[in-house]
Amino acid sequence: MYTLIATCCLGLLCLVVEIFNLRKALVPVVLTGLAAIFLLNAQDWSAAGPVAIGGMDMSHMMQIDHYAVAFNGLLIFLSAMIFVMSASFYKQEEHHLSDYLTILLFILAGGMVLTSFSNLVMLFLGIEIVSISLYIMAGSRKFDVRSNEAGFKYFLMGAFASAILVFGIALLYGAAGSFELAKVASYASSTGMESPMFLTGTLLVLVALLFKVAAVPFHFWSPDVYEGSPTLVTALMATVVKIAVFAGFYRLVSVGFIAVDGYTSDIIVIVAAATMIFAALVGLSQQNFKRLLAFSGISNAGYMLLAILSAKSGAASALFYYGAAYGLATMGAFAIAIPVFASTGKETIDAFDGLGKKKPLHAALLTLSMLSIAGIPPMAGFLGKYYLFSEAIRNGYPILTIVAVLTSIIAVYYYFKVILAMYTKQADEREVRTVMSYSIVMIICVGLGLLLGVLPGLLLSLNL
Amino acid sequence: MMTLLLLFFPLVAALLVLLGGQKIAAKLALGLAVVELAITGYAVSVFGNSGESAFHVFSTWIENPLISFHLGLDGLSLAMVALTNLMTPLIILSAFNRNIRHASGYFSLILAMQFALIGVFMALDGLLYYIFWELALLPIYFIALRWGGPGRVPVTLKFFIYTLAGSLLMLFGLISLYWFNPNNSFDIRHLYDLALTSKQQGWLFWMFFLAFAVKIPIVPFHTWQADTYREAPTQGTMLLSGLMLKMGTYSLIRWLIPVLPLGVAKWGPLAITLCVIGIVYASVIALKQRNLKNLFAYSSLAHAGLISAGIFALNIQGLQGSVVQMFAHGVYMIGLFYCADIILYRTATIHTDHLGGIRAIAPQFATLFMIILLATIGLPLTNGFIGEFLLLYSVYEYNTWLAVFATTTVILSAAYMFRMYKKVMLGETGVRVTAFPDLFWNEKLVLGIIAVVIILMGIYPKPLIEMTEPVLQAILNIVKN
Repeated sequence: MYTLIATCCLGLLCLVVEIFNLRKALVPVVLTGLAAIFLLNAQDWSAAGPVAIGGMDMSHMMQIDHYAVAFNGLLIFLSAMIFVMSASFYKQEEHHLSDYLTILLFILAGGMVLTSFSNLVMLFLGIEIVSISLYIMAGSRKFDVRSNEAGFKYFLMGAFASAILVFGIALLYGAAGSFELAKVASYASSTGMESPMFLTGTLLVLVALLFKVAAVPFHFWSPDVYEGSPTLVTALMATVVKIAVFAGFYRLVSVGFIAVDGYTSDIIVIVAAATMIFAALVGLSQQNFKRLLAFSGISNAGYMLLAILSAKSGAASALFYYGAAYGLATMGAFAIAIPVFASTGKETIDAFDGLGKKKPLHAALLTLSMLSIAGIPPMAGFLGKYYLFSEAIRNGYPILTIVAVLTSIIAVYYYFKVILAMYTKQADEREVRTVMSYSIVMIICVGLGLLLGVLPGLLLSLNL
Repeated sequence: MMTLLLLFFPLVAALLVLLGGQKIAAKLALGLAVVELAITGYAVSVFGNSGESAFHVFSTWIENPLISFHLGLDGLSLAMVALTNLMTPLIILSAFNRNIRHASGYFSLILAMQFALIGVFMALDGLLYYIFWELALLPIYFIALRWGGPGRVPVTLKFFIYTLAGSLLMLFGLISLYWFNPNNSFDIRHLYDLALTSKQQGWLFWMFFLAFAVKIPIVPFHTWQADTYREAPTQGTMLLSGLMLKMGTYSLIRWLIPVLPLGVAKWGPLAITLCVIGIVYASVIALKQRNLKNLFAYSSLAHAGLISAGIFALNIQGLQGSVVQMFAHGVYMIGLFYCADIILYRTATIHTDHLGGIRAIAPQFATLFMIILLATIGLPLTNGFIGEFLLLYSVYEYNTWLAVFATTTVILSAAYMFRMYKKVMLGETGVRVTAFPDLFWNEKLVLGIIAVVIILMGIYPKPLIEMTEPVLQAILNIVKN
């Protein structure tokens, strides 16, 4: 509980620091704060007993179990990477740096709510905190028309999805008589499958969450928003937000909707298959790197849906490992992309032309990131995909796994487009200036990805 | 302990070469590869004394799902590891005098490939084996991409995706085996003991067979092969044809026929027919080739088809023949591609129409080329003969007509090889051939060693056959039961 409070306080502190004209100290303060919050979170691992504030029992709102602590740790780490990059990214930004950093911290706080909720109202709160903050951040470049478009599009569609979410929650409340997840679960197991109100509520909540993770056919906002947002925000969306929403999604399904699995799994199977196939095929023709990563994100959402399908046999570890692998790889990719975009002035794949010669280390690290997302050993992405496939087969979805396998193969092609651009295309003479902070993030992320690929026990032994 | 050393030394070597800088890269790589060869020689002697039990390494790598770090060297694995470690120094040596740019990257990738190959041959846990199998794809892809010929970009991408497709199907098969397995593990001993129904084994057979069929390749999954062999740099082609191909055929023996015997019983006839069709098909196409690398690529395809056919014949001669031929094929294919490279380096062409009369100017080269060529067509006293004879005999035991078609490879290979030799080496000196210095020191050494191995193995194949006999007999017993 205190991690959440601490994160919110850190966000407010950020705003205050600006008032006292301590701009230079901003990022170091935030990073120190995040380190402290990470330790606070780690301490929660062994802390037993329900969540309580001032003696008042809060366990009907939030539950800090191992699942929450693990995902919180991952989110804090990835956010820290974003903050390290933000120092250089917002160097030109004179007036609003603290605002942006505060909002980023609030997104982290929203993510923490999503990993540890035990009440549908908290689910909604978490989704809203994340979403509204993201609408602002997506449109944060006021004088860039694409950023405005991204923010507006995301806001309109996202507001719609949030409304559907509330409607679904209301129906669930009507059926189960309570917002608490435990009570919803017990209602589901007793009369869930026969109650049309409950099933409709489930469907609406499912649709809203599928929108938030950009699954087909609710994905239409994703490529445009990813492409138009400032690249740092895109990195945040692709990593922290996606993992947080999936953590919430899995928690909801595995605790609340297990009993109506016969109903939800049919829907999710079709959505997962459609997502994987669509993202693989359409991604092939993308030229813009950020759009490409958007489609990569959509297809990864499809794979993570395999974990949601396997919730009844406990796929939390697989989801966590895959989230970590995918988050690290994507973060590493963006860490290289941002300076390259800044130097070449374009955001297409041919911005990477000849990077193999200009900056061999960075090119090699980007190659490893792309290979990790594609799912090739020894990177962590391979074992992540393996665990998801394994869980899906175990739960009786072999055909869907074959679809996943085949779409992975197709997707390899567009990840390789980037690698090929780096190593086989001619470079122009513009020098690529890389800043220390991006290089550090890149090395950390790819290094961890490699380490997790070889020693997956580090994360898997957490036994979520 | 020695197993771990054998496995990880090339990886360490690869890192050292990468960091060592351009100037000493080649020599450093060669030195380290020779050290690995020495370790292998010692391992062979230890094997001779204490058998395979000396080499077992087993520890749990991941708890859940259970993936163990299980390595072992029995006769079959040791033969393959010996081939890899014998040929890698030769491959590195062949790259001397060739002015390779970014040499440290090049040699580092070759050593990394060696690491992955040894891992494949030593792994006794299904998923560990799979990881090494996939890992082997990366170094060769980058070797071909950065140092390959002009048409390499689409060709290598096709190679990568095609092979990856097969591999992912195998992953699906392995995961299914894991869940069918009451022990819930990937360990090979448990996989051998599985009792699956014929129907299950049927589709599992295809999952595995397709992966191996793409890798070897077996017609009709071969379309990536000729182009990739041609576009890859010489050392890349040597790795592909000499070593990576053996990964596929080794896996047929180790991972396909003992794990899925009922599947093999059901689909084996189709598989062996495909192999024999491939032999004839590849040999006929080779007849028409005018480009040396293409010719050798199709020749390799034909011989690989025969090796695979012998494995599916499911008798001891077939398995023995395939192992001997695997070793021999690795040796002489590398020699052949090196000869093509020697010609290419001096004349800037490998088109047979533009060459001719090299023998008069470079007699040493001509002699060594001839020895390697005779091994390719399987002349007795060369190492190509024993394997080919055993394989043809085994196919004959299986089915007479298949053997008749398979034997055409002997005639056809003689035809295209001798015709190529006549056009390239004999006759009038071609326009491009005027300045053709005879062999440099490293070329002489490599081809010389290959020729010596060819003849020695041809005269005295007994050690190899004896080393692999127990394992192959054991596997055959598993299949028959």
